[in-house]
Amino acid sequence: MTNSDSPTTNILVVGIGGQGVMTAAEILAEAALSIGLDVKKTEVAGMSQRGGVVTSHLRMGARVLSPQIAPGQADLLLGFEPAEAMRWSHYLRPRGAVVVNTLRLTPPVVTLGLYDYPEDPVAVIRSKGMRVRDFDAGAVARKLGDLRLVNSVMLGAVADALPFPAEALKSCLLSRFASKGESILDLNRQAFAAGRQLAAQEH
Amino acid sequence: MPALVPAAASQRLFYSGNEAVARAVWEAGTKVAAAYPGTPATEIQEELARYPDLYTEWSVNEKVSLEVAVGASMAGARSFCAMKHVGMNVASDALMTLTITGTMGGLVIAIADDVGLSSSQNEQDSRFWGRFAHIPLLEPADSQEAYDMAKAAFALSEQYETPVILRLTTRVCHVKGRVQVGEREVHAPTGFKKDPAHWVMVPAFARARLPRLFERERALLEYAQNGEWNRLETGTDRRLGFIASGPAYMHVREAFPEAPVLKLGLSYPVPVALARQLADLVDKVLVVEETEPLVETELRAAGLTVHGKDVLPRTGELPPEVLRPAVARLLGGAAVEADPAPPPKVFPRPPTLCAACPHMGIYYTLSQLKNLIITGDIGCYTLGAGHPWNALDSCISMGASMGMALGLDKARGDADQGKRILAVIGDSTFMHMGMQGLLNITYNRGNVTVLLLDNRAVGMTGGQDNPGSGRDIHGEPAPRVDFAKLVEALGVRKERIRVVNPYELPTLFKTIREEIKADEPSVIISDQPCVLIGDYKKLRPLAVLEDQCTGCGNCVEVGCPAILVTRRDRVVKASGKEVDLAFVRIETAACTGCDMCMKTCAPEAIVPAESAAGIGVISVKRS
Repeated sequence: MTNSDSPTTNILVVGIGGQGVMTAAEILAEAALSIGLDVKKTEVAGMSQRGGVVTSHLRMGARVLSPQIAPGQADLLLGFEPAEAMRWSHYLRPRGAVVVNTLRLTPPVVTLGLYDYPEDPVAVIRSKGMRVRDFDAGAVARKLGDLRLVNSVMLGAVADALPFPAEALKSCLLSRFASKGESILDLNRQAFAAGRQLAAQEH
Repeated sequence: MPALVPAAASQRLFYSGNEAVARAVWEAGTKVAAAYPGTPATEIQEELARYPDLYTEWSVNEKVSLEVAVGASMAGARSFCAMKHVGMNVASDALMTLTITGTMGGLVIAIADDVGLSSSQNEQDSRFWGRFAHIPLLEPADSQEAYDMAKAAFALSEQYETPVILRLTTRVCHVKGRVQVGEREVHAPTGFKKDPAHWVMVPAFARARLPRLFERERALLEYAQNGEWNRLETGTDRRLGFIASGPAYMHVREAFPEAPVLKLGLSYPVPVALARQLADLVDKVLVVEETEPLVETELRAAGLTVHGKDVLPRTGELPPEVLRPAVARLLGGAAVEADPAPPPKVFPRPPTLCAACPHMGIYYTLSQLKNLIITGDIGCYTLGAGHPWNALDSCISMGASMGMALGLDKARGDADQGKRILAVIGDSTFMHMGMQGLLNITYNRGNVTVLLLDNRAVGMTGGQDNPGSGRDIHGEPAPRVDFAKLVEALGVRKERIRVVNPYELPTLFKTIREEIKADEPSVIISDQPCVLIGDYKKLRPLAVLEDQCTGCGNCVEVGCPAILVTRRDRVVKASGKEVDLAFVRIETAACTGCDMCMKTCAPEAIVPAESAAGIGVISVKRS
């Protein structure tokens, strides 16, 4: 995953306000910190709570200077919404990795007929030569019994595409639910495993 | 907000710049901290409020917050205030004389600039205040520096008896990085000492103190030159040397690891001698500053040949992808890396009002009325300028809706005689800077209908409390302002003060229609809470009976993000007129049952989700 000529791994997490983008980025950052990497994380989310775009830039390595990922420099894009993943896909390196939740969220400007939703955003990203894993994380979460598990599914799906072991991410994720009781902890463990499995499948 | 048990000293924590500043302010032994919320600075005060052993408050505006801090400093206590860039415009009246009185207890002002304009009405550069007020200005580049500088700023303030500005930008405030923290110091207030010549700035006393301003500035220049905050990194590639401060320094280091860099941490007074040293070392000098050419102009005035905004953009951030091509052009001939692929074309996703937002009823109603001029103000309700309402005609500065409405009223010519003038302002903005404008309307016999949208929170910045919410910064009960009494005291006749529930669309419509016809000032107060705060209570969600929906699209005009169009059609009516149809569904999981859309639905196709499920028309299983 990590680009060999770059000492820094760049991860872009995108979605819209309220989807858990910032939490996912936070857990990824904690995991990288836990194995001793330097990390910087930045987002512009001033008005994102009102249904706007949220992007979180996550850079990890021996020493990170600028917090921002430049276009064409992201190693991995974690997209919580397909049109948002498409919007930021030019930030990816050639053959970059993409994990995307296929659940579409239609904004009012599309509802009002002012703009069209792209016909197949995932296909657009794929056509650029990116390595895409796409699935309905919501369906997986619902099957496990709680829509709030989407975040854990998504994190599971990127767990084997990181510059550190999947277990580091898993333990950071699960520590968030440590106080919530064994059943919630177990649900998140299952969601994480389901995400990992989905990402491992051929597409 | 839960109280915080401060992390032990010498731990390395993963902090945003805002969290780092809060920690440093607490560690510095600060006694009083005051602020008004504003992106990207808001979280500094939110975080500080969770620390023990200091007084924190949400002030009604930035000027008041600074004056509270000045009073605390006068008592010999360390004090702090935080604001966004435009907040300092409001506070500057106090600042420009505070610089003459100087400080007793250390006083630090954090000002956060919204470089790149993610959530503001302008992109002004707060570094000008350093020069304007002749006071030192520190510019951290990341969280660790934000912590180091914020803590050191108090001692600097006390040593030079000056307020100190800590200038942050979004890429410091909202960037997380590792921060090594320390112990809390104890600084007991030294006590108030009666000294009119120091604190009563009548001309005679102020005049006597003015020369000290410039003596202090000379001493600070010495410190900028020789102190710890400005350093020359000599580098190996001597073709081009950089002068950079704040996050721009990190961008320069990232893009040009071999270049000599003069890293400015204390950027006012500008250490010209250090810049000369850099210039002597390299062929060319490039000043990289966000956003105004402030240091560049100063160096040019001192006779140095430097580049800056002649090759770099005048606005926005200066990340590596902006710097690299500009530098390649400046050095001439060097190959620029191939442009990355252009951004894909995707619909915009502008921020919008939340499902069930009480402002939506107001804007839906305003969008149905004609011949209005509507001045707007700053807050979530500025979004009323967007689709589908298009119901705001201005947004300038905090409270401007009031003065502008009166100006429009007094200036109206023949073309605008039939138009009604309205001003829309939120509760917090009204208390911040709108009350004076309303008094000005009543005093000067203007005719403006004011819509005071009281949602009991500072909504846009995350629902902070204010005097209208009845809670203090800790969420504890506090005296709650009575807006009806307040506007009556400001001169609005009791008959012209109306309180409405914005979800009651017919009543709201009737009330606005009545008040805009009145030939005197009136105030309509909307009294329902922001849907993102605890006061808001969700109701049962709604759903659309698919076979009942006629596609009229009335509900779509409410502008609720939970209403989605499933199918469009165009029909020709018997009259020969073409009509566009939009058939809808409701995202039940997002709907909180405010019922506004239901009131616009003639065929009664919008019903509570449970009953819709009962009929079996639509599945509304909630996860």
